Amino acid sequence: MRLVPGSVLGSTFGIVVAALLMGAAHSAPASDTPNPAADAKAFQKFFTDKFPKVKFEDFVNGPYSMDEGLYQQWKEKEEFPPYEFALDMGKELFAKPFKNGKTFADCFPNKGIGIRQNYPTFDEKQGKVVTLELAVNQCLESNGEKPYSYTKDEMAAVTAYMAFTSRGKPFDIKIPNDPRALAAYENGKRYFYTRRGQLNFSCASCHVQSPGEHIRAEVLAPALGILNAMPIYRSEWGGMGTTSRRFTSCNSQVRGVPLKPQDDEYRDLEYYLSYVSNGLPISGPGARP
Amino acid sequence: MRPLTLALTVILLTGATLPAFAASTEADFKAAYAAAEAANNEAGKLRNQWTTTVSALTAAKKAAEAGDFDKAVAASKHAEELAKASIYQSQEQKDGWKQMEIR
Ligand code: HEC
Repeated sequence: MRLVPGSVLGSTFGIVVAALLMGAAHSAPASDTPNPAADAKAFQKFFTDKFPKVKFEDFVNGPYSMDEGLYQQWKEKEEFPPYEFALDMGKELFAKPFKNGKTFADCFPNKGIGIRQNYPTFDEKQGKVVTLELAVNQCLESNGEKPYSYTKDEMAAVTAYMAFTSRGKPFDIKIPNDPRALAAYENGKRYFYTRRGQLNFSCASCHVQSPGEHIRAEVLAPALGILNAMPIYRSEWGGMGTTSRRFTSCNSQVRGVPLKPQDDEYRDLEYYLSYVSNGLPISGPGARP
Repeated sequence: MRPLTLALTVILLTGATLPAFAASTEADFKAAYAAAEAANNEAGKLRNQWTTTVSALTAAKKAAEAGDFDKAVAASKHAEELAKASIYQSQEQKDGWKQMEIR
């Protein structure tokens, strides 16, 4: 079901007010010294306390973890997963030699197999966060190939395959002892909690304060484990979408003009969100209603 | 409760209708449009443009092309108000984001 901003205003306004009240309730005195490890602990505790019945590993199933009926649907879907086609395409693209004879395997540690859980990584040479999507395009470009569009098709296929070979491996995002890495993490955190768009929502308004609630036909996913299933197949999209696609569409939903895929803010955001989900297994590619 | 004030301001601004003035000219439109565009560019620097601002700017341009300068000026002013609200939102959220942080 398409989320039309106009029609969602009624229900979302309720959430805004609720969000504001709750926001005030759990804001403790601010300590401004960055401490990612403490952040991750508090983040995970928030969700496990809020949803004591959800098994820790099940947070990777997005909306399906929030609703018994949906969970059944998910199990049924996994028998004939709609991402199968993308997975096959990804496997093929992954193995297919570039014009220079090299393949994706030449660009990645362990030949690109079973490594999804290590992305995003902070690349000290480039001085920035490198997501899996960016790494895929950097691989293509360094081999003289045309980069993929970030939002779907080939990019979704290749990252789906790479996620599939990493299923079950816990997110293991590292923040090296480099002030630039810490700054990127903090920037991502700020982006996650900052209200934007005409509806005045932050990512947290929906995915921290309202997971499990319905926005029209959709059930909001909890922010814990929210990237573990990427990329995802969505019936609403009629196909696959990457993390880039999800971020930009979540920005448009609040009537904010999305940034460009893989802009600094989005890569830093992905770094933050993945880090605070450390320990949760990769489950991608995912399928959504 | 500053965020709440902001939310309300935003909603009020959006609903606001503008009084109809006597026939606007192309020059009025150009001035109003330039002001709106400048505010929206500033919002862009803050990485926080609103889709509704962009739509209002487009509507203003369309009306001007059709020679309806009253409508074009009204849409430009609406766009400027929206852009200013988005700038205000960014400024307020510079520290305000911490309100919602899980700690
Ligand atoms: C107006 C509420 C709203 C806001 C604000 C919002 N989202 Fe979403 N988001 C949704 C809805 C609705 C979905 C689809 C249902 C679901 O999976 O939660 C979704 C899905 C997602 C998903 C996929 C989850 C899954 O398992 O399928 C990710 C990732 C995501 N959002 C990230 C973000 C980020 C990052 C932000 C801030 C830039 C954000 N969202 C802001 C409503 C929102």
